Amino acid sequence: MASFFEQVKKSHDEGGRLGMLWPLLDAPDTFLRTPATVTHAGAHIRDWLDSKRFMMTVIVALLPPLFMGIWNAGYQHYLGTTGADPGFAPSFWAGLEICMPIIIVSYAVGGAWEALFAVVRRHEINEGFLVTGLLFPMTCPPTIPLWQVAVGVSFGVVIGKEVFGGTGMNVFNPALTARAFCFFTFPDKMSGDLVWTERQTWTEFFTKGGARPEFVDGYTGATPLLHASQHHGDLSAAESLMQINQTFKHIDFSWWNCFLGFDAGSIGETSALACLIGAVILIATGVGSYRTMLGVALGTTLMAFIMNYFAGGANARPTMGLPFYWHFVVGSMAFAAVYMATDPVSSAWTSTGKWIYGTLIGALAVLIRTVNPAYPEGFMLAILFLNLFAPLIDHYVVQANIKRRKLAYAR
Amino acid sequence: MNDQIIHLVSLLVKSVFVENILLAFFLGMCSFLACSKKVDTAVGLGMAVTFVLTISVPLNWAILNLLLKEGKLANFLGTQYATVNLEFLSFISFIAVIAALTQIVEMALDRFSPTLYAALGIFLPLIAVNCCILGAALFMQQRDYNFAESCVFGFGSGVGWALAIISLAAIRQKIRYSNVPKGLRGLGITFLLTGLMSMAFMCFAGIQL
Repeated sequence: MASFFEQVKKSHDEGGRLGMLWPLLDAPDTFLRTPATVTHAGAHIRDWLDSKRFMMTVIVALLPPLFMGIWNAGYQHYLGTTGADPGFAPSFWAGLEICMPIIIVSYAVGGAWEALFAVVRRHEINEGFLVTGLLFPMTCPPTIPLWQVAVGVSFGVVIGKEVFGGTGMNVFNPALTARAFCFFTFPDKMSGDLVWTERQTWTEFFTKGGARPEFVDGYTGATPLLHASQHHGDLSAAESLMQINQTFKHIDFSWWNCFLGFDAGSIGETSALACLIGAVILIATGVGSYRTMLGVALGTTLMAFIMNYFAGGANARPTMGLPFYWHFVVGSMAFAAVYMATDPVSSAWTSTGKWIYGTLIGALAVLIRTVNPAYPEGFMLAILFLNLFAPLIDHYVVQANIKRRKLAYAR
Repeated sequence: MNDQIIHLVSLLVKSVFVENILLAFFLGMCSFLACSKKVDTAVGLGMAVTFVLTISVPLNWAILNLLLKEGKLANFLGTQYATVNLEFLSFISFIAVIAALTQIVEMALDRFSPTLYAALGIFLPLIAVNCCILGAALFMQQRDYNFAESCVFGFGSGVGWALAIISLAAIRQKIRYSNVPKGLRGLGITFLLTGLMSMAFMCFAGIQL
């Protein structure tokens, strides 16, 4: 393999016949083999961990929620159309049929943009895209039309990242930019109570023709958060979640089910447990910041308590009464805290800044969940909003540090 | 009384976040784009705009409601003016008030912070024609705010504008090291950033207070 790369490389090197296309070769080469080039000047840490290995760690950490999400997409599909659980293998297979096209389209379209920019602008193909291309589909509902995936990922890669010069230079998380763009542009396909299960699998498409699957009686496609944000008589939000199987007999939104991820939702977000496993991987390898994650948890808890205090009011929305431990397991809280908020580029860079940044994300997200009637979920938008303020937080943390050091020096 | 306070607080939140005068209405773009290269300058300009807005909106409210509206002139000049409606003069009087206030801010800055005065340059006198300041006065007229509301609205709009320009300045300090394509450097990327910022602010859209 090594000799193959060396051989092909000759024609791609500077001045070679195919010199223009070297990013296309460079990408698989450095992906498979650690490059021999090292930094020559300045002080730096010697480590095998270049940004490709760094991003691969994130991909590995993304695998638990991905597998869980694929299985769950199939499970929800069968739950909605047949009302029964067919067992692990058929669910997983159906999930693969539903989710893989989305992921493939995301990688293909985003990768094409990435390669185009790399060739035209003569930089390497950015490894950050490996993560963006997987993160974005995992924040989408399983039934999102494939052309919308293509439009969304194009926006995220080009406007969210490439116009700033590529990985490491962007301000907003590209996957979140893509997600928010789709959310505001195609709202009916991104949230609501139909988007989680409506799609046919390809097998069904070929065996039964193009008709949409019918839902069985006693089924709702609503996510726990959507269900909790609606009024249900005198029941509080948590009670209405736990008693949902009295109204919809195929659905069980107990706390444990939401924690394990047996509820409807975007592909990656449903299982808090899988995200926790990912969090352990990220923290153990030092790739994700525990400060940001704990900050988000702290902010969520604090704001949930504040909102519980206001829950008794006359115009209070039902979500206000949701206790904090429910906020942790419903919706995309875990996924957002572990994978989105910790993005090393768009989050705050200073350690103190990370605490502030995380806490504000948690607080703002719960605020959107409870106060804003337009959106039942707020984590992705809250992170995008705090991306905007992360440089400012850093600026003031650095300034405060300079001031402190100056005082210490003067003494 | 309690309701009144809650109403004013929600108006404040609304004017800072939900209907940010810059990122929801795109008013005051020129100085927003031009003076956002450094955080310190942006803080200075943000404070100047907040000051002018906080004073000018209530002042304009007073002029509008005590002098210009139909029949108000009669309170000062006698009953023969009871049918006079001077609201057509509102534009020119708003602008006069704003220009006078800007002069005061300019003189004060020149006296007390010459570095900031030099850094802001032409954009300090240009606050007089900053669309967000006239815009806030016109919103006050259009939405029929009372005195307390116009004070809060003026202050809130100023803080919202300052928040937007300060965060943009911090972002532009960060992307100084970014390899932006040649055609987009400077204003181009700033326009794109403004669009993305406005998308981020949409997380507040729909909040009813």
